[in-house]
Amino acid sequence: MPIHEKSLIRPENLVTHEHLELDGIDVSGHWSTFIESREITDYNEALQDEIAALPGGEFIHRCWQCGSCTNACTVNALNPDFNPRYWIYLIRMGFEDELVRDKDIIWQCVSCNKCTYACPRDVFPEGVMKATSHWLELKGYTPKSPAMVFDEEFSSQVFATGKIEDGKVLRRFFARTGQSLFQDWLIALVRGLLTQLPVSLLMKMGLASVFHPRTRNWDAASAAIAEYVTERKEADRRALGLDTQGAE
Amino acid sequence: MTGKHKKVAYYPGCALEGTGHAYNRSTKAVGKALDLDLVELKNWNCCGAMEVKNIDPKLQTYLSARNLTIAEDMGFDTVMAPCNGCYHNLKKAEYDLANDEGSREVTERLSSKAGHKTYEAGKVETIHALDWIKDSIGEEGIKARVKNSLKGLKVANYYGCMYTRPRHIFPEKDKGPGSESTLQPHFMDDILAAAGAENVDYPLKTACCGGAHTLSDSDTSTKLVLNLLTTAEACGADVIATECPTCHTGLEMHQVRAEKVLGRKTSVKILYFTQLLGIALGLSQRQVGVQENFSDATDLLHEKGLV
Repeated sequence: MPIHEKSLIRPENLVTHEHLELDGIDVSGHWSTFIESREITDYNEALQDEIAALPGGEFIHRCWQCGSCTNACTVNALNPDFNPRYWIYLIRMGFEDELVRDKDIIWQCVSCNKCTYACPRDVFPEGVMKATSHWLELKGYTPKSPAMVFDEEFSSQVFATGKIEDGKVLRRFFARTGQSLFQDWLIALVRGLLTQLPVSLLMKMGLASVFHPRTRNWDAASAAIAEYVTERKEADRRALGLDTQGAE
Repeated sequence: MTGKHKKVAYYPGCALEGTGHAYNRSTKAVGKALDLDLVELKNWNCCGAMEVKNIDPKLQTYLSARNLTIAEDMGFDTVMAPCNGCYHNLKKAEYDLANDEGSREVTERLSSKAGHKTYEAGKVETIHALDWIKDSIGEEGIKARVKNSLKGLKVANYYGCMYTRPRHIFPEKDKGPGSESTLQPHFMDDILAAAGAENVDYPLKTACCGGAHTLSDSDTSTKLVLNLLTTAEACGADVIATECPTCHTGLEMHQVRAEKVLGRKTSVKILYFTQLLGIALGLSQRQVGVQENFSDATDLLHEKGLV
Protein backbone atom coordinates (compact mmCIF):
# COMPACT_ATOMS: atom_id res chain seq x y z
CA MET A 1 0.00 0.00 0.00
CA PRO A 2 1.40 3.39 -0.87
CA ILE A 3 1.99 5.97 1.81
CA HIS A 4 -0.78 8.50 1.38
CA GLU A 5 1.59 11.29 2.22
CA LYS A 6 0.78 14.92 2.33
CA SER A 7 3.52 17.35 1.46
CA LEU A 8 4.17 20.46 3.46
CA ILE A 9 2.71 22.52 0.62
CA ARG A 10 -0.70 23.84 1.46
CA PRO A 11 -2.91 24.89 -1.48
CA GLU A 12 -2.89 28.49 -0.21
CA ASN A 13 0.90 28.55 -0.48
CA LEU A 14 0.78 27.69 -4.18
CA VAL A 15 0.66 30.78 -6.34
CA THR A 16 -0.29 30.60 -9.99
CA HIS A 17 0.44 33.61 -12.19
CA GLU A 18 -1.40 34.17 -15.42
CA HIS A 19 1.48 36.17 -16.87
CA LEU A 20 4.87 36.04 -15.29
CA GLU A 21 8.10 37.54 -16.34
CA LEU A 22 11.37 36.70 -14.57
CA ASP A 23 14.52 38.60 -15.39
CA GLY A 24 12.94 39.86 -18.57
CA ILE A 25 11.95 36.38 -19.74
CA ASP A 26 8.28 35.44 -20.14
CA VAL A 27 7.79 32.23 -18.12
CA SER A 28 3.97 32.10 -18.40
CA GLY A 29 2.46 28.68 -19.05
CA HIS A 30 4.03 25.61 -17.42
CA TRP A 31 6.37 27.64 -15.29
CA SER A 32 3.75 29.90 -13.81
CA THR A 33 3.12 28.00 -10.57
CA PHE A 34 5.33 28.65 -7.57
CA ILE A 35 5.42 27.78 -3.91
CA GLU A 36 5.29 31.04 -2.08
CA SER A 37 8.36 31.46 0.08
CA ARG A 38 7.70 31.62 3.79
CA GLU A 39 9.66 32.47 6.86
CA ILE A 40 8.71 30.82 10.11
CA THR A 41 9.82 32.71 13.18
CA ASP A 42 7.15 31.72 15.64
CA TYR A 43 8.20 28.42 17.23
CA ASN A 44 6.90 26.89 20.42
CA GLU A 45 10.11 25.30 21.61
CA ALA A 46 8.28 23.56 24.45
CA LEU A 47 5.66 21.94 22.21
CA GLN A 48 7.14 18.43 22.30
CA ASP A 49 7.56 18.61 26.09
CA GLU A 50 3.97 19.77 26.50
CA ILE A 51 2.62 16.85 24.49
CA ALA A 52 4.98 14.45 26.27
CA ALA A 53 3.67 15.63 29.64
CA LEU A 54 0.12 14.54 28.79
CA PRO A 55 -0.95 10.89 29.17
CA GLY A 56 -0.16 8.97 25.98
CA GLY A 57 2.38 11.44 24.61
CA GLU A 58 5.34 10.18 26.66
CA PHE A 59 7.31 8.55 23.85
CA ILE A 60 6.90 11.08 21.05
CA HIS A 61 10.66 11.81 21.18
CA ARG A 62 11.42 8.36 19.78
CA CYS A 63 9.83 9.09 16.38
CA TRP A 64 12.16 8.87 13.40
CA GLN A 65 9.53 9.83 10.81
CA CYS A 66 9.33 6.52 8.94
CA GLY A 67 5.62 7.05 8.22
CA SER A 68 4.53 3.54 9.26
CA CYS A 69 1.79 5.03 11.46
CA THR A 70 0.22 7.03 8.66
CA ASN A 71 0.61 4.16 6.24
CA ALA A 72 -1.27 1.86 8.63
CA CYS A 73 -3.87 4.44 9.70
CA THR A 74 -7.57 3.60 9.37
CA VAL A 75 -8.69 7.24 9.33
CA ASN A 76 -5.99 8.30 6.84
CA ALA A 77 -7.48 5.84 4.35
CA LEU A 78 -10.75 7.79 4.59
CA ASN A 79 -9.24 11.26 4.81
CA PRO A 80 -5.64 11.85 3.58
CA ASP A 81 -5.49 15.01 5.70
CA PHE A 82 -5.50 12.83 8.82
CA ASN A 83 -1.77 12.29 9.13
CA PRO A 84 -0.19 11.21 12.45
CA ARG A 85 3.37 11.20 11.09
CA TYR A 86 3.03 14.78 9.88
CA TRP A 87 1.59 15.98 13.19
CA ILE A 88 4.35 14.29 15.16
CA TYR A 89 6.82 16.09 12.89
CA LEU A 90 5.15 19.45 13.51
CA ILE A 91 5.12 18.88 17.26
CA ARG A 92 8.76 17.89 17.37
CA MET A 93 9.69 20.94 15.29
CA GLY A 94 7.58 23.25 17.46
CA PHE A 95 5.33 24.37 14.58
CA GLU A 96 2.34 25.18 16.74
CA ASP A 97 0.54 27.31 14.14
CA GLU A 98 0.81 24.60 11.50
CA LEU A 99 -0.48 21.94 13.92
CA VAL A 100 -3.45 24.07 14.92
CA ARG A 101 -4.56 24.28 11.29
CA ASP A 102 -5.63 20.63 11.54
CA LYS A 103 -7.26 21.07 14.96
CA ASP A 104 -10.70 19.97 13.85
CA ILE A 105 -9.76 16.47 12.69
CA ILE A 106 -7.05 15.36 15.12
CA TRP A 107 -9.64 14.06 17.62
CA GLN A 108 -11.05 11.69 14.97
CA CYS A 109 -8.47 8.94 15.73
CA VAL A 110 -10.49 5.70 16.11
CA SER A 111 -7.97 4.07 18.51
CA CYS A 112 -7.63 0.97 16.31
CA ASN A 113 -3.96 0.81 17.33
CA LYS A 114 -2.74 -0.12 13.86
CA CYS A 115 -0.20 2.72 14.14
CA THR A 116 1.03 1.46 17.49
CA TYR A 117 1.30 -2.03 16.00
CA ALA A 118 3.25 -0.77 12.98
CA CYS A 119 5.57 1.65 14.79
CA PRO A 120 9.13 0.28 14.92
CA ARG A 121 10.09 2.72 17.67
CA ASP A 122 7.30 2.24 20.24
CA VAL A 123 6.15 5.83 19.97
CA PHE A 124 2.59 4.59 20.66
CA PRO A 125 1.14 7.07 18.13
CA GLU A 126 -2.42 6.29 19.24
CA GLY A 127 -1.54 7.75 22.64
CA VAL A 128 0.15 10.73 20.99
CA MET A 129 -3.07 11.46 19.06
CA LYS A 130 -5.05 11.43 22.32
CA ALA A 131 -2.49 13.65 24.04
CA THR A 132 -2.61 16.09 21.11
CA SER A 133 -6.42 16.25 21.23
CA HIS A 134 -6.25 16.98 24.96
CA TRP A 135 -3.59 19.60 24.34
CA LEU A 136 -5.76 21.38 21.75
CA GLU A 137 -8.67 21.46 24.19
CA LEU A 138 -6.59 22.54 27.19
CA LYS A 139 -4.93 25.33 25.21
CA GLY A 140 -8.34 26.54 24.15
CA TYR A 141 -7.82 25.97 20.43
CA THR A 142 -10.88 23.74 20.17
CA PRO A 143 -14.00 23.24 22.20
CA LYS A 144 -14.44 19.80 23.72
CA SER A 145 -14.79 17.31 20.88
CA PRO A 146 -17.89 15.09 20.84
CA ALA A 147 -15.54 12.18 21.56
CA MET A 148 -14.27 13.91 24.71
CA VAL A 149 -17.84 14.62 25.82
CA PHE A 150 -18.62 10.93 25.39
CA ASP A 151 -15.47 9.87 27.28
CA GLU A 152 -16.37 12.24 30.13
CA GLU A 153 -19.97 11.05 30.38
CA PHE A 154 -18.89 7.43 30.33
CA SER A 155 -16.03 7.86 32.79
CA SER A 156 -17.97 9.97 35.26
CA GLN A 157 -20.53 7.17 35.58
CA VAL A 158 -17.81 4.60 36.13
CA PHE A 159 -16.07 6.79 38.69
CA ALA A 160 -19.33 7.38 40.55
CA THR A 161 -20.80 3.87 40.56
CA GLY A 162 -18.17 1.42 39.24
CA LYS A 163 -20.39 0.49 36.29
CA ILE A 164 -22.23 2.06 33.40
CA GLU A 165 -25.71 1.80 32.00
CA ASP A 166 -25.68 2.14 28.19
CA GLY A 167 -28.99 3.97 27.96
CA LYS A 168 -27.94 6.69 30.37
CA VAL A 169 -24.61 7.28 28.59
CA LEU A 170 -26.45 7.54 25.27
CA ARG A 171 -29.13 9.91 26.55
CA ARG A 172 -26.69 12.20 28.33
CA PHE A 173 -24.29 12.25 25.37
CA PHE A 174 -27.08 13.23 22.97
CA ALA A 175 -28.31 15.90 25.35
CA ARG A 176 -24.85 17.42 25.89
CA THR A 177 -24.04 17.48 22.17
CA GLY A 178 -27.44 18.94 21.31
CA GLN A 179 -28.56 16.02 19.15
CA SER A 180 -32.06 14.66 18.93
CA LEU A 181 -32.75 11.12 20.08
CA PHE A 182 -35.35 10.95 17.32
CA GLN A 183 -33.13 10.34 14.31
CA ASP A 184 -34.43 8.13 11.50
CA TRP A 185 -31.86 5.43 11.98
CA LEU A 186 -32.26 5.34 15.79
CA ILE A 187 -36.03 5.09 15.46
CA ALA A 188 -35.62 2.25 12.95
CA LEU A 189 -33.31 0.46 15.37
CA VAL A 190 -35.57 0.81 18.38
CA ARG A 191 -38.63 -0.20 16.36
CA GLY A 192 -36.82 -3.32 15.19
CA LEU A 193 -35.90 -4.18 18.74
CA LEU A 194 -39.35 -3.61 20.20
CA THR A 195 -40.94 -6.05 17.77
CA GLN A 196 -38.40 -8.77 18.49
CA LEU A 197 -37.26 -8.55 22.06
CA PRO A 198 -38.82 -10.75 24.71
CA VAL A 199 -40.95 -8.71 27.13
CA SER A 200 -38.97 -9.94 30.14
CA LEU A 201 -35.76 -8.53 28.67
CA LEU A 202 -37.40 -5.21 27.85
CA MET A 203 -38.57 -4.97 31.47
CA LYS A 204 -35.08 -5.77 32.71
CA MET A 205 -33.61 -3.06 30.50
CA GLY A 206 -36.23 -0.57 31.65
CA LEU A 207 -35.46 -1.35 35.28
CA ALA A 208 -31.73 -0.92 34.65
CA SER A 209 -32.37 2.62 33.49
CA VAL A 210 -34.23 3.40 36.71
CA PHE A 211 -32.09 1.47 39.20
CA HIS A 212 -28.64 1.99 37.73
CA PRO A 213 -26.24 -0.91 38.06
CA ARG A 214 -23.52 -0.21 40.61
CA THR A 215 -20.61 -1.92 42.27
CA ARG A 216 -21.18 -2.43 46.00
CA ASN A 217 -18.96 -0.62 48.51
CA TRP A 218 -17.63 1.61 45.74
CA ASP A 219 -17.56 4.85 47.73
CA ALA A 220 -13.95 4.62 48.90
CA ALA A 221 -12.75 3.77 45.38
CA SER A 222 -14.85 6.58 43.97
CA ALA A 223 -13.35 9.12 46.38
CA ALA A 224 -9.78 7.93 45.67
CA ILE A 225 -10.38 8.19 41.91
CA ALA A 226 -11.88 11.68 42.22
CA GLU A 227 -8.85 12.85 44.19
CA TYR A 228 -6.47 11.36 41.61
CA VAL A 229 -8.37 12.90 38.66
CA THR A 230 -8.17 16.37 40.23
CA GLU A 231 -4.44 15.97 40.82
CA ARG A 232 -3.87 14.81 37.25
CA LYS A 233 -5.84 17.68 35.74
CA GLU A 234 -3.81 20.17 37.76
CA ALA A 235 -0.56 18.50 36.73
CA ASP A 236 -1.57 18.56 33.04
CA ARG A 237 -2.39 22.25 33.18
CA ARG A 238 0.82 23.05 35.03
CA ALA A 239 2.85 21.22 32.37
CA LEU A 240 1.24 23.40 29.72
CA GLY A 241 1.93 26.58 31.67
CA LEU A 242 -1.77 27.14 32.33
CA ASP A 243 -3.45 28.37 35.48
CA THR A 244 -4.32 25.28 37.57
CA GLN A 245 -7.46 27.00 38.86
CA GLY A 246 -9.02 26.44 35.45
CA ALA A 247 -9.12 22.68 36.08
CA GLU A 248 -12.70 21.48 36.31
CA MET B 1 -3.66 -28.65 24.81
CA THR B 2 -7.34 -29.34 25.51
CA GLY B 3 -8.62 -29.74 29.02
CA LYS B 4 -7.28 -26.40 30.27
CA HIS B 5 -9.74 -23.80 31.56
CA LYS B 6 -12.55 -26.19 32.50
CA LYS B 7 -13.47 -23.84 35.31
CA VAL B 8 -12.75 -20.15 35.05
CA ALA B 9 -13.73 -16.87 36.68
CA TYR B 10 -16.16 -15.11 34.37
CA TYR B 11 -15.95 -11.38 33.77
CA PRO B 12 -18.96 -10.33 31.67
CA GLY B 13 -18.33 -6.55 31.82
CA CYS B 14 -20.92 -3.80 31.46
CA ALA B 15 -21.60 -4.31 27.76
CA LEU B 16 -22.69 -7.91 28.25
CA GLU B 17 -25.20 -6.74 30.83
CA GLY B 18 -26.43 -4.03 28.46
CA THR B 19 -26.40 -3.95 24.66
CA GLY B 20 -24.43 -7.20 24.41
CA HIS B 21 -26.82 -9.32 26.47
CA ALA B 22 -27.18 -11.83 23.62
CA TYR B 23 -23.45 -12.46 23.91
CA ASN B 24 -23.79 -13.01 27.66
CA ARG B 25 -26.71 -15.38 27.19
CA SER B 26 -25.06 -17.39 24.41
CA THR B 27 -21.68 -17.58 26.21
CA LYS B 28 -23.33 -18.99 29.32
CA ALA B 29 -25.46 -21.37 27.26
CA VAL B 30 -22.46 -22.64 25.31
CA GLY B 31 -20.52 -23.13 28.55
CA LYS B 32 -23.36 -25.22 29.93
CA ALA B 33 -23.66 -27.26 26.75
CA LEU B 34 -19.92 -27.97 26.82
CA ASP B 35 -19.82 -28.78 30.58
CA LEU B 36 -17.55 -25.84 31.28
CA ASP B 37 -17.88 -23.99 34.56
CA LEU B 38 -18.20 -20.22 34.67
CA VAL B 39 -18.09 -18.54 38.06
CA GLU B 40 -18.96 -14.86 37.77
CA LEU B 41 -16.58 -12.44 39.50
CA LYS B 42 -18.20 -11.09 42.65
CA ASN B 43 -18.97 -7.39 42.70
CA TRP B 44 -16.89 -6.54 39.66
CA ASN B 45 -16.52 -3.04 38.21
CA CYS B 46 -16.19 -1.63 34.70
CA CYS B 47 -12.75 -2.31 33.15
CA GLY B 48 -12.61 1.31 31.97
CA ALA B 49 -13.54 0.43 28.38
CA MET B 50 -11.97 2.80 25.84
CA GLU B 51 -13.22 5.95 27.50
CA VAL B 52 -11.44 5.94 30.86
CA LYS B 53 -8.11 5.40 29.11
CA ASN B 54 -8.71 8.69 27.33
CA ILE B 55 -9.22 10.46 30.64
CA ASP B 56 -6.15 8.77 32.13
CA PRO B 57 -4.60 5.41 31.14
CA LYS B 58 -3.42 4.66 34.68
CA LEU B 59 -6.99 4.87 35.98
CA GLN B 60 -8.03 2.26 33.46
CA THR B 61 -5.19 0.07 34.74
CA TYR B 62 -6.47 0.44 38.30
CA LEU B 63 -10.08 -0.38 37.32
CA SER B 64 -9.01 -3.53 35.47
CA ALA B 65 -6.56 -4.54 38.20
CA ARG B 66 -9.36 -4.43 40.80
CA ASN B 67 -11.20 -7.12 38.84
CA LEU B 68 -8.07 -9.28 38.65
CA THR B 69 -7.71 -8.95 42.43
CA ILE B 70 -11.25 -10.22 42.90
CA ALA B 71 -10.44 -13.28 40.79
CA GLU B 72 -7.34 -13.88 42.90
CA ASP B 73 -9.36 -13.58 46.12
CA MET B 74 -11.90 -16.07 44.76
CA GLY B 75 -9.07 -18.55 44.21
CA PHE B 76 -8.85 -18.36 40.44
CA ASP B 77 -5.75 -17.95 38.32
CA THR B 78 -7.72 -17.40 35.10
CA VAL B 79 -10.32 -14.82 34.16
CA MET B 80 -12.36 -15.31 31.02
CA ALA B 81 -13.65 -12.12 29.35
CA PRO B 82 -15.73 -12.54 26.16
CA CYS B 83 -15.72 -8.81 25.38
CA ASN B 84 -12.71 -7.70 23.34
CA GLY B 85 -12.58 -4.41 25.23
CA CYS B 86 -12.53 -6.08 28.65
CA TYR B 87 -10.09 -8.73 27.46
CA HIS B 88 -7.78 -6.06 26.07
CA ASN B 89 -7.97 -3.91 29.20
CA LEU B 90 -7.35 -6.73 31.67
CA LYS B 91 -4.39 -7.87 29.53
CA LYS B 92 -3.11 -4.31 29.41
CA ALA B 93 -3.35 -4.04 33.20
CA GLU B 94 -1.35 -7.28 33.53
CA TYR B 95 1.28 -5.83 31.20
CA ASP B 96 1.42 -2.35 32.73
CA LEU B 97 1.68 -3.62 36.28
CA ALA B 98 4.57 -5.87 35.29
CA ASN B 99 6.38 -3.22 33.25
CA ASP B 100 5.44 0.29 34.25
CA GLU B 101 6.47 1.71 37.60
CA GLY B 102 4.09 4.68 37.32
CA SER B 103 1.04 2.47 36.72
CA ARG B 104 2.03 0.29 39.66
CA GLU B 105 2.29 3.28 41.98
CA VAL B 106 -1.10 4.66 40.99
CA THR B 107 -2.76 1.23 41.28
CA GLU B 108 -1.21 0.65 44.71
CA ARG B 109 -2.30 4.04 45.93
CA LEU B 110 -5.88 3.72 44.66
CA SER B 111 -6.20 0.11 45.86
CA SER B 112 -5.09 0.98 49.36
CA LYS B 113 -7.44 3.97 49.54
CA ALA B 114 -10.29 1.84 48.21
CA GLY B 115 -9.52 -0.74 50.88
CA HIS B 116 -8.41 -3.79 48.94
CA LYS B 117 -5.10 -5.37 48.11
CA THR B 118 -3.19 -4.55 44.94
CA TYR B 119 -3.17 -7.02 42.09
CA GLU B 120 0.24 -8.54 41.77
CA ALA B 121 1.45 -9.07 38.22
CA GLY B 122 1.39 -12.69 37.09
CA LYS B 123 -1.10 -13.96 39.68
CA VAL B 124 -4.06 -14.06 37.32
CA GLU B 125 -4.15 -14.56 33.57
CA THR B 126 -6.86 -13.19 31.33
CA ILE B 127 -8.18 -15.24 28.44
CA HIS B 128 -10.78 -14.53 25.76
CA ALA B 129 -13.87 -16.68 25.18
CA LEU B 130 -12.08 -18.01 22.07
CA ASP B 131 -9.10 -19.26 24.13
CA TRP B 132 -11.50 -20.72 26.66
CA ILE B 133 -13.26 -22.89 24.07
CA LYS B 134 -10.11 -23.72 22.07
CA ASP B 135 -8.12 -24.71 25.15
CA SER B 136 -10.80 -26.59 27.05
CA ILE B 137 -12.71 -28.37 24.27
CA GLY B 138 -10.67 -28.06 21.10
CA GLU B 139 -11.80 -28.64 17.56
CA GLU B 140 -12.06 -32.41 17.90
CA GLY B 141 -14.16 -31.97 21.02
CA ILE B 142 -16.50 -29.62 19.22
CA LYS B 143 -16.80 -31.93 16.20
CA ALA B 144 -17.80 -34.76 18.54
CA ARG B 145 -20.52 -32.62 20.13
CA VAL B 146 -22.07 -31.06 17.00
CA LYS B 147 -25.75 -31.96 16.72
CA ASN B 148 -26.80 -29.43 14.15
CA SER B 149 -23.92 -28.84 11.74
CA LEU B 150 -23.54 -25.34 10.31
CA LYS B 151 -22.88 -26.98 6.94
CA GLY B 152 -23.72 -24.69 4.07
CA LEU B 153 -23.50 -21.52 6.17
CA LYS B 154 -20.90 -19.13 4.80
CA VAL B 155 -19.24 -17.20 7.61
CA ALA B 156 -16.91 -14.19 7.62
CA ASN B 157 -15.04 -14.27 10.93
CA TYR B 158 -14.49 -10.78 12.29
CA TYR B 159 -12.05 -10.28 15.19
CA GLY B 160 -11.79 -6.48 15.42
CA CYS B 161 -8.93 -4.36 16.77
CA MET B 162 -8.63 -5.05 20.45
CA TYR B 163 -8.25 -8.82 20.22
CA THR B 164 -4.86 -8.50 18.54
CA ARG B 165 -3.62 -4.95 18.99
CA PRO B 166 -1.33 -3.62 20.29
CA ARG B 167 0.86 -6.68 20.04
CA HIS B 168 2.93 -6.21 23.19
CA ILE B 169 0.12 -6.91 25.66
CA PHE B 170 -0.60 -10.38 24.21
CA PRO B 171 2.60 -12.35 24.89
CA GLU B 172 0.95 -15.71 24.20
CA LYS B 173 0.18 -14.85 20.59
CA ASP B 174 2.48 -15.62 17.64
CA LYS B 175 4.15 -18.48 19.49
CA GLY B 176 4.09 -20.85 16.54
CA PRO B 177 1.83 -23.83 15.84
CA GLY B 178 -1.29 -23.96 17.97
CA SER B 179 -1.02 -20.37 19.14
CA GLU B 180 -3.13 -17.46 18.02
CA SER B 181 -1.73 -15.09 15.40
CA THR B 182 -1.78 -11.31 15.57
CA LEU B 183 -1.95 -10.65 11.85
CA GLN B 184 -3.96 -13.70 10.84
CA PRO B 185 -6.07 -14.67 13.85
CA HIS B 186 -7.74 -18.03 13.34
CA PHE B 187 -9.26 -19.28 16.62
CA MET B 188 -12.80 -18.27 15.63
CA ASP B 189 -12.33 -19.75 12.17
CA ASP B 190 -11.12 -23.01 13.76
CA ILE B 191 -14.01 -23.22 16.21
CA LEU B 192 -16.73 -22.46 13.66
CA ALA B 193 -15.14 -24.75 11.04
CA ALA B 194 -15.27 -27.53 13.64
CA ALA B 195 -18.97 -26.69 14.03
CA GLY B 196 -19.38 -27.30 10.29
CA ALA B 197 -19.38 -23.71 8.99
CA GLU B 198 -17.86 -22.82 5.67
CA ASN B 199 -15.51 -19.92 6.48
CA VAL B 200 -14.94 -17.46 3.69
CA ASP B 201 -11.56 -15.85 3.16
CA TYR B 202 -12.29 -12.49 4.77
CA PRO B 203 -9.48 -9.94 4.40
CA LEU B 204 -10.90 -7.50 6.98
CA LYS B 205 -10.71 -9.81 10.01
CA THR B 206 -8.91 -7.20 12.11
CA ALA B 207 -10.02 -4.00 10.37
CA CYS B 208 -11.57 -1.29 12.53
CA CYS B 209 -15.36 -0.84 12.87
CA GLY B 210 -14.94 2.70 14.25
CA GLY B 211 -16.34 1.55 17.58
CA ALA B 212 -14.48 4.26 19.48
CA HIS B 213 -16.57 6.92 17.73
CA THR B 214 -19.81 5.03 17.11
CA LEU B 215 -21.83 8.03 18.29
CA SER B 216 -19.29 10.86 18.41
CA ASP B 217 -18.22 10.55 14.76
CA SER B 218 -21.02 8.46 13.26
CA ASP B 219 -20.17 9.24 9.65
CA THR B 220 -16.69 7.75 9.96
CA SER B 221 -18.02 4.68 11.78
CA THR B 222 -20.76 4.17 9.18
CA LYS B 223 -18.20 4.25 6.36
CA LEU B 224 -15.93 1.78 8.14
CA VAL B 225 -18.81 -0.57 8.94
CA LEU B 226 -20.18 -0.34 5.42
CA ASN B 227 -16.80 -1.40 4.14
CA LEU B 228 -16.85 -4.44 6.47
CA LEU B 229 -20.38 -5.36 5.36
CA THR B 230 -19.92 -4.97 1.61
CA THR B 231 -16.59 -6.81 1.68
CA ALA B 232 -18.20 -9.70 3.58
CA GLU B 233 -20.93 -9.81 0.93
CA ALA B 234 -18.38 -9.69 -1.86
CA CYS B 235 -16.63 -12.65 -0.20
CA GLY B 236 -19.91 -14.56 -0.37
CA ALA B 237 -20.64 -14.56 3.36
CA ASP B 238 -24.18 -15.07 4.68
CA VAL B 239 -23.19 -13.93 8.13
CA ILE B 240 -20.44 -12.07 9.96
CA ALA B 241 -19.43 -13.82 13.18
CA THR B 242 -18.40 -11.43 15.94
CA GLU B 243 -16.61 -11.77 19.27
CA CYS B 244 -16.98 -8.27 20.69
CA PRO B 245 -20.14 -6.46 21.84
CA THR B 246 -18.83 -3.09 20.63
CA CYS B 247 -18.05 -4.40 17.14
CA HIS B 248 -21.30 -6.34 17.08
CA THR B 249 -23.52 -3.43 18.13
CA GLY B 250 -21.55 -1.08 15.86
CA LEU B 251 -22.05 -3.36 12.85
CA GLU B 252 -25.77 -3.66 13.54
CA MET B 253 -26.34 0.05 14.25
CA HIS B 254 -24.34 1.30 11.30
CA GLN B 255 -25.90 -1.25 8.98
CA VAL B 256 -29.21 0.46 9.73
CA ARG B 257 -27.59 3.92 9.59
CA ALA B 258 -25.91 3.18 6.24
CA GLU B 259 -29.30 2.28 4.82
CA LYS B 260 -31.13 5.28 6.31
CA VAL B 261 -28.45 7.92 5.78
CA LEU B 262 -26.45 6.73 2.77
CA GLY B 263 -29.12 4.62 1.12
CA ARG B 264 -26.82 1.59 1.02
CA LYS B 265 -28.68 -1.58 1.88
CA THR B 266 -26.69 -4.67 2.85
CA SER B 267 -28.18 -8.01 3.73
CA VAL B 268 -25.37 -9.87 5.49
CA LYS B 269 -26.44 -10.92 9.02
CA ILE B 270 -24.44 -10.41 12.18
CA LEU B 271 -24.26 -13.04 14.92
CA TYR B 272 -21.95 -13.63 17.88
CA PHE B 273 -19.72 -16.65 17.30
CA THR B 274 -21.16 -18.12 20.51
CA GLN B 275 -24.65 -17.90 18.98
CA LEU B 276 -23.51 -19.86 15.93
CA LEU B 277 -21.61 -22.37 18.04
CA GLY B 278 -24.61 -22.78 20.36
CA ILE B 279 -26.92 -23.52 17.44
CA ALA B 280 -24.43 -26.10 16.17
CA LEU B 281 -24.41 -27.71 19.62
CA GLY B 282 -28.18 -28.13 19.37
CA LEU B 283 -29.33 -25.12 21.39
CA SER B 284 -32.46 -23.26 20.32
CA GLN B 285 -32.53 -19.77 18.81
CA ARG B 286 -34.03 -18.55 22.07
CA GLN B 287 -31.35 -20.13 24.22
CA VAL B 288 -28.64 -18.22 22.34
CA GLY B 289 -30.68 -15.00 22.09
CA VAL B 290 -30.97 -14.71 18.29
CA GLN B 291 -34.09 -12.57 18.68
CA GLU B 292 -32.14 -10.15 20.88
CA ASN B 293 -29.96 -8.99 17.99
CA PHE B 294 -30.88 -5.96 15.90
CA SER B 295 -29.84 -7.89 12.82
CA ASP B 296 -32.68 -10.40 12.41
CA ALA B 297 -31.08 -13.66 11.29
CA THR B 298 -34.15 -15.86 11.79
CA ASP B 299 -34.97 -16.18 8.09
CA LEU B 300 -31.39 -17.05 7.22
CA LEU B 301 -31.23 -19.74 9.89
CA HIS B 302 -34.54 -21.20 8.63
CA GLU B 303 -33.34 -21.12 5.06
CA LYS B 304 -30.18 -23.03 6.03
CA GLY B 305 -32.25 -25.54 7.98
CA LEU B 306 -30.57 -24.64 11.27
CA VAL B 307 -33.69 -23.99 13.33
